[in-house]
Amino acid sequence: MATGERTWERPSVFPRREVKWAVYASVVGFFLWSGLGVGADPGRVARGLASAGSLLGDFFPPTATPRQAQRILDKMLESVAMATVATLTGIVVSVPVAFMAAENLSPRPLYAVNRGFISVSRAFNAIIVAIIAVKAIGFGPLAGILTITFKTVGFFSKLLAEDLEDIDMGSVDAVRAAGASSTQTLLYGVVPQIVPRFAGLSVYRWDINIRTSTVVGIVGAGGIGSVLLTAFNRYDYQYVTAILVAIVAVVLVAEGVSAVVRRRYQ
Amino acid sequence: MAVDEPRWRRFDRRRRLGRFALWVLGAVAVVGSWEFMEIGVTNPGTIPREVTDLLTRMYPPDVAYTGRIVDPLIETVQIAALGTLGALVLAVPVALLAAENTTPNAVTFWLGKLIVTVSRSVNTIIWALIFVVMFGSGPLAGAVAIAFRSVGFLGKLLGEEIEEIDFGQVEAVRAAGASPGQILLYGILPQVKPALVGLSIYRWDINIRDSTVLGFVGAGGIGVQLFRAVNAFAWQSVATVLLVILGVVVVTESLSAYTRGLVR
Repeated sequence: MATGERTWERPSVFPRREVKWAVYASVVGFFLWSGLGVGADPGRVARGLASAGSLLGDFFPPTATPRQAQRILDKMLESVAMATVATLTGIVVSVPVAFMAAENLSPRPLYAVNRGFISVSRAFNAIIVAIIAVKAIGFGPLAGILTITFKTVGFFSKLLAEDLEDIDMGSVDAVRAAGASSTQTLLYGVVPQIVPRFAGLSVYRWDINIRTSTVVGIVGAGGIGSVLLTAFNRYDYQYVTAILVAIVAVVLVAEGVSAVVRRRYQ
Repeated sequence: MAVDEPRWRRFDRRRRLGRFALWVLGAVAVVGSWEFMEIGVTNPGTIPREVTDLLTRMYPPDVAYTGRIVDPLIETVQIAALGTLGALVLAVPVALLAAENTTPNAVTFWLGKLIVTVSRSVNTIIWALIFVVMFGSGPLAGAVAIAFRSVGFLGKLLGEEIEEIDFGQVEAVRAAGASPGQILLYGILPQVKPALVGLSIYRWDINIRDSTVLGFVGAGGIGVQLFRAVNAFAWQSVATVLLVILGVVVVTESLSAYTRGLVR
């Protein structure tokens, strides 16, 4: 190959090679700085991993006395119950929010307010919402329901609003042209187009809500999380493992149910 | 119109019954859940009043508190970054195990699936509880917790990408006499690289949100400050922390969306 001939270069997202190396160098630098900030020196990590070996014996085998098993069952049912109720309340609140957050159906200011609400709901982790809900309305499953409802609205309205923005406005116009009132336009022009997605999303969110409901108890909002934290604080690690096994099992079952229902429906 | 004329119906009888049964099941589940928790109907009525009360206490946010949360905030960003890096390192082998076309045998396939499932089912805060026991409290435990939580996510999605690659290229590299390591580098990696970068950035963005709560169980970051402010009933400081978290999350989300747009 002649030296003057052009050689093939892989296409790249970077405009120039210097830019590429600058980006790579700053990413590496950032990770090094993070490592220092977090205190992740190799010695400490090694000690941690070494203690992990001996701790494994403390965590295994999972054990629970009959009373503890009963407690796991009760609190796990409470988690599932919270998730189920909060899925319904979350969806009920989400529907108007979604309609108001859809660009093609909502006036501009209303659209902005509802988008803002969705961003706020999505930005805060469920634990943060839960800790505030607990302070506002007290310990127990009601705070959990409020938390999960709030989180559900951010997720559900966002996706539902996106579906609403994608609907065929032709059929909406047709219904309107036939002389339908605005309620009738919504009912016969918009709703039939989103019903299948709606059902799928509800079940999917229920499955996510079960996961969330297993941890909000850590800050006092009801469910299995409270049992987990107590077990940790008592250094009762084998009981901890038993609780974790129960959580993984319930999450798996919920995921399976949700997958089956969604496949059937769609 | 004659009465016995066939009418169009959207669903046949069996499907209508099925749908009805699902509705009943859903209603029973919700009502049963409500009864199980023994909340009653009067308690929820107090929610609007209590929440409004809390919001009035939070206003206006305490601006002076901003200086105290800069350092914990930086720590949160660092935890998320290191956690994502650690997850990436751990997720590549897990993804190779969990992908049907690259896993050596059925046992390794199920092992991959098991790791993915357990990692995803256990919430970040629970992972943090476990690693605080191992590493002591502090941001290191938080970073490791973030890494363990993200492995399932990255392993699952990366595994799905690997399952979709063009295996012809892998065969070609192997036929040219490449070692397993070389097959990985030249046959598989180039095909999943865009997905790998995109998924990592997406997960980093999620990890920023997750790392804001690690402080509740002693694993570092801004959660520590938030927890203190809440326990001291310093609601105006709480409002400041919440606003700062909101700002950071919005910034990282747009940064993540922009970068993913570049890679795609």
